[in-house]
Amino acid sequence: MATIDYSSVKPQKPWRLDSKQLAINGAVFLLAVLLTPLFLNLTPLNGKLGASFIFVVLATIGNTVLSIVRQGFKTISTSIAASLIYLATALVLLPLASVLFTVASKGFTAVKLNTFTQDMRITNPDAPFTEGGALHAILGTFEIVLIATIICVPLGVLTALYLTEIKGRFENLVRFLVQAMSGVPSIVAGLFIYTVLIVTLGVNYSGIAGAFALSILMLPTVARTSEEVLKLIPNDLREAGVALGATQWRTVAMVVVPAAKSGILTAVILGVSRVAGETAPLLLTILGNTTNNLNPFSGPIAALPLYTFSLMKTGLDVAISRAWGGALILLTLVLILFITARLLSGKKR
Amino acid sequence: MDTQPTKIAGRTQNQRGLPMSGSNPVKSLAAVASGARVANKFTPGSGLEANGVHAWFGKHHALADINLEFPANTVTALIGPSGCGKSTFLRTLNRMHEFIPGAAMAGEVLLDGRDIYEPGSDVTKIRLKIGMVFQKPNPFPSMTIGENVLSGLKLAQLKIENKDEILEECLTRAGLWKEVKDRLGAQGGSLSGGQQQRLCIARALAVSPEVLLMDEPCSALDPGSTLRIEETIRELADSIIVVIVTHNMQQAARVSDYTGFFLSDGGPGQLIEVATTNEIFSTPRDKRTEDYVTGRFG
Amino acid sequence: MTTTQTSYNGVVPKAREITTQPRFSDKVFRFVVTSGGFTSLIILSLIAIFLLQQGFPVLKDMGFGFITGFEWNPGDVDNGVPVQFGIGAMLIGTLLVSVIGLIIALPIAVGTALFLTYYAPDWIKKPLTITVDLMAAIPSVIYGLWGFFILMPHAVYWAKLLHNYLGFLPFFKMPADVFERSPFIAGIVVGIMIIPIITAISREVFSQVPLDRIQAAYALGATKWTMIRSVVLPFGSSGVAGGAMLGLGRAMGETIAIYLVLNIYFAPNFQVLFSAGGNVASLIVSKFGEAGEYELRGLMAAGLVLFIVTLLVNFLSNAIVKRTSRTGK
Repeated sequence: MATIDYSSVKPQKPWRLDSKQLAINGAVFLLAVLLTPLFLNLTPLNGKLGASFIFVVLATIGNTVLSIVRQGFKTISTSIAASLIYLATALVLLPLASVLFTVASKGFTAVKLNTFTQDMRITNPDAPFTEGGALHAILGTFEIVLIATIICVPLGVLTALYLTEIKGRFENLVRFLVQAMSGVPSIVAGLFIYTVLIVTLGVNYSGIAGAFALSILMLPTVARTSEEVLKLIPNDLREAGVALGATQWRTVAMVVVPAAKSGILTAVILGVSRVAGETAPLLLTILGNTTNNLNPFSGPIAALPLYTFSLMKTGLDVAISRAWGGALILLTLVLILFITARLLSGKKR
Repeated sequence: MDTQPTKIAGRTQNQRGLPMSGSNPVKSLAAVASGARVANKFTPGSGLEANGVHAWFGKHHALADINLEFPANTVTALIGPSGCGKSTFLRTLNRMHEFIPGAAMAGEVLLDGRDIYEPGSDVTKIRLKIGMVFQKPNPFPSMTIGENVLSGLKLAQLKIENKDEILEECLTRAGLWKEVKDRLGAQGGSLSGGQQQRLCIARALAVSPEVLLMDEPCSALDPGSTLRIEETIRELADSIIVVIVTHNMQQAARVSDYTGFFLSDGGPGQLIEVATTNEIFSTPRDKRTEDYVTGRFG
Repeated sequence: MTTTQTSYNGVVPKAREITTQPRFSDKVFRFVVTSGGFTSLIILSLIAIFLLQQGFPVLKDMGFGFITGFEWNPGDVDNGVPVQFGIGAMLIGTLLVSVIGLIIALPIAVGTALFLTYYAPDWIKKPLTITVDLMAAIPSVIYGLWGFFILMPHAVYWAKLLHNYLGFLPFFKMPADVFERSPFIAGIVVGIMIIPIITAISREVFSQVPLDRIQAAYALGATKWTMIRSVVLPFGSSGVAGGAMLGLGRAMGETIAIYLVLNIYFAPNFQVLFSAGGNVASLIVSKFGEAGEYELRGLMAAGLVLFIVTLLVNFLSNAIVKRTSRTGK
């Protein structure tokens, strides 16, 4: 039987709204927009937020009336629910957009070239932006986070290896503990390191103390993400290694871990982005500084979040603007890390 | 006798709104030829009809030009090898096909003369009239047996009057009443597989459908439950239209009045032949049908 | 002729014990990895031990009053002012602010998760998910900055409206007309901060609803919302509850953002629109700079209490989430 030519038959989607219905929807939407100012005057609300609120109410009513006309009264709950769900999503995006926009606009004016090349050693807090900079904070953050990474990567990967390769009797306990550790409040981590290093061991406020405090917060992220990544490595690889006569440690070190390389890198970047913006643990451990301190092992040191925080506490307008500048640098750093981690994890799929 | 009702490409003109069963030669044929049970509930104007139905998944053309009539008070079985579009076709009959991303269709499906795909039609009402029972029994585990049966009414936000009457009627029609009438408050998941499937049938019946679509309803069940459900299907046909997709040819032979054979030769699935069950299995007209029902391929 | 194959004459031999003697290098490997694996246990225990050891004198002196007392006074021994360290007001404040945050965050997070799973067109799902996850990456000091300078004026305006129209409700009353830096505002900020995590967990749970149940509901004539209400929400309720607990724990431990947005006051305040409240973490931050040795120990004890409470909340949330996956409801 010859194959019949069906090319003249066009696929359709009759369940979608047709143009007439879409036009009516659009008209109702427009009506809600136009009626908003009218209703706005009737209520004590004002400003953009008040207008948005009124608009949402009107649009919901319009949408609900449309559903009732089209499909009867029983669809009231369905269309109200749908409107509320759309509203919820908008409510999530609104503060995010506001935060990003504010940091960008307020911080942009405060960031000049000298922000990256100078520190605040000789600058008064109320000096204009063309003097002084955040170099000490940037360097400090870099040093502290680097040390924290050096501490956390081996420990985190080892923890993950314990959970995936050895699976000892304490597997569930360890997994639970890692989860518990991710819930430790940042201030408690700082307090703990303060207690151990600075009070008990007499170490001075220093970058290394801050790094230890950050490690407590970074370790669970690195361990958990590494575990996820290692679990994804198919068992065939391990079996191939063992079947060739390799010992377990060789299999792990030379087959499994290299296969998970990019995933572990993602885990590290995620951990870094988690702690780069932490303020509270650093408050208690590094004290902050106005000059560059290239030695993380001794002496107070600055860091971006702490820099931002202290400037804000001064209450001076110029200092607060400088704080926004610091916030912008910090946010940019965190966003770059976040996007990099996403790209890495997306690529390996 | 050449008044064969086989419908392949190019359908015979059908007048809408006129009682199909009365003028349909197939009906009387069925009553005589296969010795099937005689319908004792004649509902004028009722019936399901598919005209020129095509289905796509994105660019993939899955079904081509299906023309089928489902007269009132009959059971029609759809048979054919896996992957030839029988389930897809079933889902175009109650507008479940459109849930798949990228789904598209062409043609029309008429219930009592009205196209269910007409723009502006209320799809939830359509699904109330055309019910479906799935391959794997899926009663709602968070509800009791009684609540499961009534769940269709609740989901469609219909008023429930005479709760107990509805429960007894639907469970009896599904052949489950005697077994559960004393434990309507038990959890839906506490029944055996066969009982769960009959619960799903009762649930589908509670919204008073005109058609019941069944997608391989017994394939996950043991032979004992299967036989009981087949009994239920034969009894149901006294009041509604049943369309059943099945892999089991013996089941099709046992249960249905008409059988449609689907096949895909690498391209879209097509309806090769449809006739009374007796004819399909004993005197099929198309060679491919004959090869399939005699087991030369499957 | 016998054709049965009982070559073992029906006697089943006992299974042999298979033992492996790992090589020495593997023994070392196992030891190293196991020790690494136990770091979390070691660290958590050390935290508890050190904070307890440091804070013990204060706990002993204040007794149970440490938890229940409201006053925080380093005292002045020379002038006969007794030392009083009580974090009761701070604990109540922590709980109050976190609960407000949860009340704000939960509906928004669940709504967003439902939107992402069932309402959003395909092209928007991935970008929107990434955007919501992005919110979790923003450092808390930035939320604090934003909360103080941008959100506060608006929030004060809404607070005034709430007070004017709903002021008959006890918690909307005001002892004085100070609306800034109230638990209400702190609750909004912390709520925004925990939305991403509750959304992520809810989204996970909702995407695991078995497809056949959803299809059964639709086949019975359900609309999207009735389907969600009767299939998705019952299925996901424990998972969402676990996520909410996790968010609550996060909120209770939040430090900097609340420090910048809440005015610490040493008495419990349930009038959420009024500028007085507390939070154990902000207490530690605010007193740390000038604390003498004894007060420092008090702060350690406060940290210990906070540590134990957040640990308990996290443990609870874990248990709730585990229960979902076990019953698979």
